[in-house]
Amino acid sequence: MILTLFLSFLQIGLFSVGGGYAAIPLIQHQIVDLHKLMTLAEFSDLITVAEMTPGPISINSATFVGTRLSGVFGAIICTLGVIIPSFIICLLLAHFYYKYRNFSGVQTVLSALRPAVVALIASAGLSILFLGVFQAEKEHIILSNFRWVECLLFVGGLYLLRKYKLGAITVIFGSGVIGTFLYWLIWMAG
Amino acid sequence: MQKVENPRPMLWQLFKSTFLLSAFTFGGGFVIVSLMKKKFVEELNWFGEEEMLDITAISQSSPGPIPINASVIIGYRMYGIIGSLVAVLGTAIPPMVIISVISVFYTQFRENPIIAIALQVMRAGVAAVILDVVINLASHVFKAKKALYIGLMIVAFICTYFFDISAMIVILCCLGIGIADLLWNLWKERRTEA
Repeated sequence: MILTLFLSFLQIGLFSVGGGYAAIPLIQHQIVDLHKLMTLAEFSDLITVAEMTPGPISINSATFVGTRLSGVFGAIICTLGVIIPSFIICLLLAHFYYKYRNFSGVQTVLSALRPAVVALIASAGLSILFLGVFQAEKEHIILSNFRWVECLLFVGGLYLLRKYKLGAITVIFGSGVIGTFLYWLIWMAG
Repeated sequence: MQKVENPRPMLWQLFKSTFLLSAFTFGGGFVIVSLMKKKFVEELNWFGEEEMLDITAISQSSPGPIPINASVIIGYRMYGIIGSLVAVLGTAIPPMVIISVISVFYTQFRENPIIAIALQVMRAGVAAVILDVVINLASHVFKAKKALYIGLMIVAFICTYFFDISAMIVILCCLGIGIADLLWNLWKERRTEA
């Protein structure tokens, strides 16, 4: 059983190109449809929890399914299944990258990729900003849903990052603590 | 890849950094790569900004979770296969521990109002960090004053943000443009020689 599970997660690791959300249908196919290790309702609960907690969705589901089946041992085996393909493929790519990256031809090609990566990061950042400030995806933004607490945290955080070069973790954790406190104050004030 | 005399403090820093980043990162691969850029490029000065962008492109185009892919490459950069193992452990342990704990009582977790609010407000902090990184990266692209790259950045942004075109397609197109640019340069060189 644990071997089947390991092989399932190996496939998930190998065929989910492009990050978290690309992996969801694959995980569903392997875990819900093929091996019936979870019901669809449990799976959608897992996706909700995975979105609320840190870490990649495939690792989260590997741990969740593995723990259920055979405790910590199961969790480790399933997670290894997800990680092993990544590990081997990226090790090879890293090896070639560091071997050839100083060639001028390779630099020319990479130079065209870099602005695109900046754009991708910007796009992800803006989506999260609107999700935080308006509690909605960009297509469904309603101005009356504007949250001033989140907006304040964002502006304050960005100011501290740019002016005082504060660390990333400090800003994220700090916004969590201050924001929760502000909401508590609002709740106390009625 | 660099070799240092005593790698222990560096490996410990690598583990600590990937562990903390992984423990505080919500929502998607590009969040963690911007945090990694902030940590490894701006705070620790381990390697350059262009290298981090290359690592991001490779991580996005390889199978598997982006944070794991990026950790493998950064670890390899710092201390070969051992570095990769250390970085991957740092990235994988926090979600494993958190999910193991939560899987026992996840309905309570999901319905706890304080946790919900904390997670919701933390997004504002995450957005601030990403936008901070983006301001640095984009200003460097603009300062380089190459019309092709500025154009690529703007078009790629419009494609992903407004038209929801997948990151994979954008990267592949830019790879094609990069190769075309290379061939064009080679052709020009040959013509001037002849």
